[in-house]
Amino acid sequence: MKLKLPGASPLARSWRPTAGSAESRLVLQARLSGPMPWVIAIMVALTVLAAATGLSLRNTARAAKVELSGGVTVQIVEPEAGARVRQAEASIARLRTFPGVASVRQVPQEEVDALIEPWLGGSDSADIDGEAIPVPALIDARMNGAVTEARLVQLRAALRSVAPAARVDAQSSWLRPVFDAIQSLQWLALAMVALLAFAMASAVLLAARSALGANRDTIEIVHLLGGTDSQIAAIFQRWIGVDAAGGGVLGIAMGLVAVLFLGRRFASLGAGLVDSGALGWGDWLLLALIPVLAAVLAMLTARLSVMRALRRLL
Amino acid sequence: MTKSSDGEIVQFDNVGLRYGADREVLSDVSFTLYPGSFYFITGASGVGKTSLLRLLYLAQRPSRGMIRMFGDDAITLPRERLPSLRRRLGVVFQDFRLVPHLSAFDNVALPLRIAGAAEKDVEKPVRDMLDWVGLSGRMEAAPAALSGGEQQRVAIARAVIGRPEILIADEPTGNVDPDMAVKLLRLFEALNRLGTTVLVATHDMHLLQKVPDSMIMRLDKGRMMDPTGALRLPPRRPQPARQMPT
Repeated sequence: MKLKLPGASPLARSWRPTAGSAESRLVLQARLSGPMPWVIAIMVALTVLAAATGLSLRNTARAAKVELSGGVTVQIVEPEAGARVRQAEASIARLRTFPGVASVRQVPQEEVDALIEPWLGGSDSADIDGEAIPVPALIDARMNGAVTEARLVQLRAALRSVAPAARVDAQSSWLRPVFDAIQSLQWLALAMVALLAFAMASAVLLAARSALGANRDTIEIVHLLGGTDSQIAAIFQRWIGVDAAGGGVLGIAMGLVAVLFLGRRFASLGAGLVDSGALGWGDWLLLALIPVLAAVLAMLTARLSVMRALRRLL
Repeated sequence: MTKSSDGEIVQFDNVGLRYGADREVLSDVSFTLYPGSFYFITGASGVGKTSLLRLLYLAQRPSRGMIRMFGDDAITLPRERLPSLRRRLGVVFQDFRLVPHLSAFDNVALPLRIAGAAEKDVEKPVRDMLDWVGLSGRMEAAPAALSGGEQQRVAIARAVIGRPEILIADEPTGNVDPDMAVKLLRLFEALNRLGTTVLVATHDMHLLQKVPDSMIMRLDKGRMMDPTGALRLPPRRPQPARQMPT
């Protein structure tokens, strides 16, 4: 009997990590089985929605802050029309010379009428002529930089001598409750993203454990033939990675369809604040990264759980 | 082959093994294996042969005693270094332990793939090995489609494909006909002549007579019986390891 043995012993004695597809065939029967890709798809879709909401709210808040942070509204609350006009003109003149003021304009009467129309009716209404119901004159000033309380105090002092009936307010202060609400929603979106990531990691953990149990014999054989923990973990990692990638692609497709649909709905409202929440390229890129991050998280979870389970073997 | 100065490849010293709180299944087992020797472990069923082999192929740590393999203390060796030790062993399990969803070819290729061999370096050796054990026509068959004897031959091919320094076989002829049993024994002898230390656990006393130069260790109730004294001695005719065919 002539024995022709392969000269493979040097290979068998010096381990080098390999990522060959042959290893992944060891647990082939467990791959893409069960609900794992669908669970990941749903998680990714929900994460995309939550992240898109958070990003949109952030954009809205930023745009509103940029728009309003340097804005100052001066109201001339003077019942007598002549005095109101004089004080308004004097205020505008004073504001133009005030340091840090970038632009000043008196809000035209038509705009003021439009603002109060929902409450008091149109300008052709008998009472709204500036006499029967005195409407304050409005001055919109833009300052360089944010309007701090100290600058407001200076402005009030400067206007007091020329327009005793002037009331000076920072525009951002009116929307502070809105900003606070937006910020709360942003935190909520962030918390949802974190919770979904946690839920997905838990699902992967369960799937990895289940696959470990289903493949216990195979794992033990590979182990006894000299397979390392890293090598066995890599098999599961690759398997979960394939599931996560498939689920991730499906999930982001579902998520993006929902985001685009909602975006169109909100855009049709035509409200300035809503329009300002539109997602930019960077935001879309961030959303596109979600399935990638999900796959990385899934693979990392699988690796850690398998490594932990393998440490129980000798 | 070994770091030890006196050439032993495996050394058991007062090894005991118990599962849980039960009594010891192995007690005070001491023996030494030398490179290039052929050993049988005999004993009736249930005397602890398989438990002893599990200690040998590093599936289990003993409850007490000392085990040295290839010059390393196998008991205190860090866990991450055990795979490199296991790759120096070839094991034929009593129940074959083939991966059920892999073909005969892939089962035999497993040790090479685990060791990181490139696919181009896997195919020919595996085909040659399966041809050698008479299964060239069954390469793509799943274990379930193979007879007991065929499965056993696949298990043996898998055990020797990586040219192990020690071949450990647990009742390797238990499921084959007498002719195949002799043929497998000749395979083990051929491997042994190439320098592989062979350790065969069997309760078939006829098998022992077919390898006259072998040494026999007998287990009884978990204790190593050594009436001949051969167990604690080096082989009577130490055989130098031959060069591998190139």
